Amino acid sequence: MNLKELAGIINAEVISDVDLGEINIPYAYACDLMSDVLAFCSPGSLLLTGLTNIQIVRTAQMLDLPAIVFVRGKIPLEETVTLARESGIPVLLSKFSLYEVCGKLYAAGVKPSYVPQPREA
Amino acid sequence: MAAPVCMEYRIEGNNFMVAGTASNNIKNTLKMLGIQSDVCRRAAVIAYEAEINLVIHANGGMLKAVISEDRLEITAEDEGPGIPDIEQAMTEGYTTASNQAREMGFGAGMGLPNIKRNSDIFEIESTLGKGTVLRSTVFFNK
Repeated sequence: MNLKELAGIINAEVISDVDLGEINIPYAYACDLMSDVLAFCSPGSLLLTGLTNIQIVRTAQMLDLPAIVFVRGKIPLEETVTLARESGIPVLLSKFSLYEVCGKLYAAGVKPSYVPQPREA
Repeated sequence: MAAPVCMEYRIEGNNFMVAGTASNNIKNTLKMLGIQSDVCRRAAVIAYEAEINLVIHANGGMLKAVISEDRLEITAEDEGPGIPDIEQAMTEGYTTASNQAREMGFGAGMGLPNIKRNSDIFEIESTLGKGTVLRSTVFFNK
């Protein structure tokens, strides 16, 4: 699914200088723990989170994540939006809860990000 | 590639506004040199987790990256409090991060294990009251 269609499904307000129709979203990963995102999120995944600080964009940069959705009506900090723009990472704002956004996207066919199983001790 | 590319950054303690800038520069340099993208991502995660550790735990330090023909070597060196029990610090879920760090989404106790998982060679030495040195190597053709 492309990011433009996806934004429609979750009634998202979009902050982006790039064309959303050009960005394909095969997977999504929902998490407020950036440490876990860095450990478990596969490349190409859309990041869904309720945290709005600048390190969310840093995390997305490191992992080549295509876009970020801020859920439950959270307004990202100014520096967060600025860095996202500079990095060419579209930001979507949805008023739905994390659970609702996940449910809507899952139903629409967005697959889960690959999560590696814990290693045997 | 003839001479190795060396990058060195002074990382400021507790400054979450600029944390990640050095790691992003390292990642972009690797990309520019044509290193394959999954290796770039592994390197970025190592550098970023190490950089965040310097910010959160060590009151800053030095982050260094040396890119040679077949490998990247990342070194994070600090004069922070040191790690009393490295084995414990390497356990997933164990954390001593501040509330501020947790509010930013860190401090899940995944940092060091995640650095190790992404490294081909991983070494950490720490002396209480003196500081910590972390070395990670990633090979390009593996």
